Amino acid sequence: MRLSPRGVFWLKVMLHIVFLLPALYLVALVLTDNAGGDPVQYIIHYTGMGAINSLLATLLISPIAKRFKLAALMQTRRLVGLYVFAYALLHISAFVSLDLLFAWGLLFEEVIKRPYILVGAAGLIIVTLLALTSPNKIKRKMGKQWQSLHNWIYVVALLAPIHFYWSVKSEIIEPSIYIAVFAALLFYRRASIKKWLMPKR
Amino acid sequence: MARKNRFTPGILQRAPWHVVDNQVTPESVFNDRRNIIKALGLGALGASLPGQVQAGIFDLFGEQKAKNPFTTQSLNYSTPRQFVLPDVKTPEDKVTRHNNFYEFGTGKSDPYDNAQGFNVDPWTLVIDGLVDKPITLDLQALTKRFALEERTYRLRCVEAWSMVVPWVGFSLATLLKDAGVKSNATHVAFETLFDPEQMPGQKSRLMGGGIHYPYVEGLTIAEAMNELPFLAVGLYGKTLPPQNGAPIRLVVPWKYGFKSIKSVVRIRVMDKQPPTSWNQLASNEYGFYANVNPEVDHPRWSQASERSIGEGGLFSAKRIPTQMFNGYGDFVADLYKNMDLRKFY
Repeated sequence: MRLSPRGVFWLKVMLHIVFLLPALYLVALVLTDNAGGDPVQYIIHYTGMGAINSLLATLLISPIAKRFKLAALMQTRRLVGLYVFAYALLHISAFVSLDLLFAWGLLFEEVIKRPYILVGAAGLIIVTLLALTSPNKIKRKMGKQWQSLHNWIYVVALLAPIHFYWSVKSEIIEPSIYIAVFAALLFYRRASIKKWLMPKR
Repeated sequence: MARKNRFTPGILQRAPWHVVDNQVTPESVFNDRRNIIKALGLGALGASLPGQVQAGIFDLFGEQKAKNPFTTQSLNYSTPRQFVLPDVKTPEDKVTRHNNFYEFGTGKSDPYDNAQGFNVDPWTLVIDGLVDKPITLDLQALTKRFALEERTYRLRCVEAWSMVVPWVGFSLATLLKDAGVKSNATHVAFETLFDPEQMPGQKSRLMGGGIHYPYVEGLTIAEAMNELPFLAVGLYGKTLPPQNGAPIRLVVPWKYGFKSIKSVVRIRVMDKQPPTSWNQLASNEYGFYANVNPEVDHPRWSQASERSIGEGGLFSAKRIPTQMFNGYGDFVADLYKNMDLRKFY
């Protein structure tokens, strides 16, 4: 199926709405006092889930596009990927501002002491690099390097669910499901991952 | 141990991080948020929002929950000066809406959202085991048998947040003395109600966070006979709401919050250390003693400081240094004199 440029435009508008709504919903919940007596942990968890679910969405795009022959979908990957970055940024901002209350020394200590924060921080750095190199201009300039840099999203697909699993106290069922789903999405891409890791000389 | 003298019984001290009244957002301004929201036309939106919404893939279509709050009764009690704290108290609506009570779900607002229909009448609390006279208390006896007093205690969660809560109840030692502890007793075990019909977390592993129910906790006899451990039947002058452990819960202020077991049905005096829930689940992370200790970190996070949940909105919380034994060293440090607290965390 082919989509006209107009069709792609409306598809993108729809995706923006889909990814913006949860953030607006969170704002409404907090403002209306519906996010619990002390919403800090709620906000951190909510935005983290926003990031991991957006990541899931980006990785689902190409399998769906291939399976259902929807080439137009491929043009939405950057948009969805940038929402991963946006939610991850909200997530870390909430942690630093609302939980650590800008105790930067503590942030440094915590990153070193808490392996799950280290894993999350590594994921955030990668996602930030991908977001910064997402404009077409930079993409053109980077040539072949662009694709090999953006393959690092596969590493994020491992780091993010591990970060989730590692951060919970005992409720491991949900993060375990995420690990399994991300593993399946990576397995689906095993050929291209192999090519990336072991390029032919 | 340098910080242990912060808390001196009977003397009101103000530590440097204590909020003074004029720094706190006045309640009227805080409450005005609702009017601001109304003015923005968001009120209707708010009313239509379900009380509990999770970003989890399982709860995308969470349904609206009926919110007929559990009815509480006011209590008669004295307020011994010894247990008055200078700290700013955590407002009641935060104490009752930010809870870890996995029997009602693992989210902090789940207990408030899911426990309002909890039925505590009839209730039976049994004190048995190595005692001279086993005691059985019904719901009425919980608030009538002993003279009630109010004690304001700091509560430090193992997750590095804290509250200051005015509890109403009686000391555990009073109850144990009434039952008569036998000389060969070494430990006291506590058990939460097991009722999967009322406690959805006990029914579903997903909701209950993988804990083996019923929840059990324990103290050594020396700890239990100390004057601090408190059996709370109320907070803020009224009987406990279910999310805080109605109708009776333990409060052990120098230990991490998970030791302060809720909705207790059995207190058993024993001659060995009882298995305890979090310790069984992850013994490398949660010890039997679980004394608040800024020098011994949780394997996955630092315990050196805590986010103090006080008055005001989102940005008004404070990060304060965590105190050894949560500031109760004068009462309890002797209990651990020859103990390696790194080993017995």
